[in-house]
Amino acid sequence: MATTATSMDRAVPPEAGPRSFVHRLRHGDEVAHVLTLMFAALILLVTSLLVFILWEKSHLSRAQFGWSFLWTSVWDPVFGHFGALPFIYGTLVTSVVSLAIAVPLGLAAAIFLAELAPRTLSDYIAFLIDLLAAVPSVIYGLFGIFIVVPLMRTTIGPALKHTLGFLPIFSGPNYGVGFLTAGIVLAIMIVPFIISVSREVLLTVPRDQREAAMGLGATRWEATWKVVVPWARTGVMGSIFLALARALGETMAVTMVIGNDPKIVASLFAPGYTIAAVIANEFTEATGDLYLSALIELGLVLFLMTFILNGLARLLILATERGGGRPS
Amino acid sequence: MNRARIIWRKSLNIVMLSLTGVAAFGVVAVLFLILGYFIYNGGHSLNWAFFTQLPKPTGETGGGMANAIVGSLKLLFLSALFGLPVGLMAGIYLAEFGGKTFAYIIRYTVDLLNGVPSIVIGIFAYALAVQPVKHFSTVAGGFALGIMVIPITVRASEEFLRAIPNSLREGAMALGASKWKTIASVILPAASGGIITGMLLSLARVAGETAPLLFTALGNQYWSPGWSQPTSALPLMIYEYAISAYDDLHRQAWAAGLVLLGLVLLANLGCRLVMNRRGVRGV
Repeated sequence: MATTATSMDRAVPPEAGPRSFVHRLRHGDEVAHVLTLMFAALILLVTSLLVFILWEKSHLSRAQFGWSFLWTSVWDPVFGHFGALPFIYGTLVTSVVSLAIAVPLGLAAAIFLAELAPRTLSDYIAFLIDLLAAVPSVIYGLFGIFIVVPLMRTTIGPALKHTLGFLPIFSGPNYGVGFLTAGIVLAIMIVPFIISVSREVLLTVPRDQREAAMGLGATRWEATWKVVVPWARTGVMGSIFLALARALGETMAVTMVIGNDPKIVASLFAPGYTIAAVIANEFTEATGDLYLSALIELGLVLFLMTFILNGLARLLILATERGGGRPS
Repeated sequence: MNRARIIWRKSLNIVMLSLTGVAAFGVVAVLFLILGYFIYNGGHSLNWAFFTQLPKPTGETGGGMANAIVGSLKLLFLSALFGLPVGLMAGIYLAEFGGKTFAYIIRYTVDLLNGVPSIVIGIFAYALAVQPVKHFSTVAGGFALGIMVIPITVRASEEFLRAIPNSLREGAMALGASKWKTIASVILPAASGGIITGMLLSLARVAGETAPLLFTALGNQYWSPGWSQPTSALPLMIYEYAISAYDDLHRQAWAAGLVLLGLVLLANLGCRLVMNRRGVRGV
């Protein structure tokens, strides 16, 4: 259906024909059309080329290791054994930790901004939160190294160990750098995305929904939590996916605080490694084609992960903005 | 009605609503906390030498980041050169010419490109601009950043062009102007303020990018003449100095961080104020 729409859509004047085409060409309309179209097509070309290069340049590694690349955990450049599991594990764990912190925080803040705060105050705070989203990741990394890592070593880590130390994830030696620290820094980085998208989505919930709930005797919190948030839940999920995609691909801040050690350990205090961090650290020193190819395959894996998440996020947000996440 | 239950519901209401407020102000507080730390730690170390001198060999104190500042400017210039025209033209296509299917595909691609992790863009630029010539260069770094400039520029251009009322288009065409003349002499000038704002915003975003530069521009302790040598950049220096073992370098990393943070936040502040006033929600 969509393909036929293109030709139908352009309003073709009745006298359309070679003469009018030449006429339009003389006036530059067709030239401008084709020119801008070429630039738009260039974006398509660049993006396809990006996918092609990731695929093509990781050929050596894909041929050598096949699917086992994804679930073996030996990373040994000297003997040419490459398995991505520790990096995939690290990427997932740091992202999950960051979501565990950022989702409740972000959703709560979004609820405050959309439901409680007066519109002006809400706009001002949203503005500041947009600024937080603009802070470069290397700045967060610097903040992480010199503020969060020491804090982790002296305060947060010991406190967690004292209270929740019986859980395997909060046991083991605490160096300050590791999964949890990376997760905290990531959480600070992604929370602005969750807040600003969720706030927009919550603001689209029709007013009568709230009024109906409160008219039935619900408290403000009950109206928000049981009516407004469920209504907007698809969009909120979208914002979470969007944030997750960013967390997965985040490089600098994580590289600076995760400890860079390719191990799979249950403890969140332990140092780990992520896909983006290993590419950042080893790419320039990769000797040999296989090594480079393995790193590029890691890039491909990362790209596919974020690609899928971004696609899902887009669909969900679109679905809410179109018709609300009303249960059908 | 059960009285205890009413009290419980009312207290839950108050507690949860207060918590949402705490969360919102807590997140904003983080912004000021970061800003405060950078002003406190970086302000100490910011001096004239920082802007005018080259880095000293490792272990010696003093020196500055003049080469990194110039390097960052050169990279930004290149990224603007590569990215802005593509972004603007594609934005014009989407807003003024775009059909249905192809425009949808382009919009989707732009979103996709926007979501590609910056380190992957680095790999892409490495394969296209470093591997064939076998050396790291300023051009390769500018190319990587240029790709990252495109998505935001496209979106901003399209949004601001769409915000121009149709009566302007109709007015120009009623006077006999052709479509491209209408665009070039009426629509673009009317939207130019917003479009330029969007462009600045996209440049502010890539100004802080480090990951795509790691294996394209690489970094350099000295001046980088011309465009084909590796060059330093502020974010690269911050990264390098932050993970080093020397206090003096940490001091300089804070100073560089303050400069970068200050520039990025000021650019964002200005641009977003303009955008908000025009009622177009940015990127």
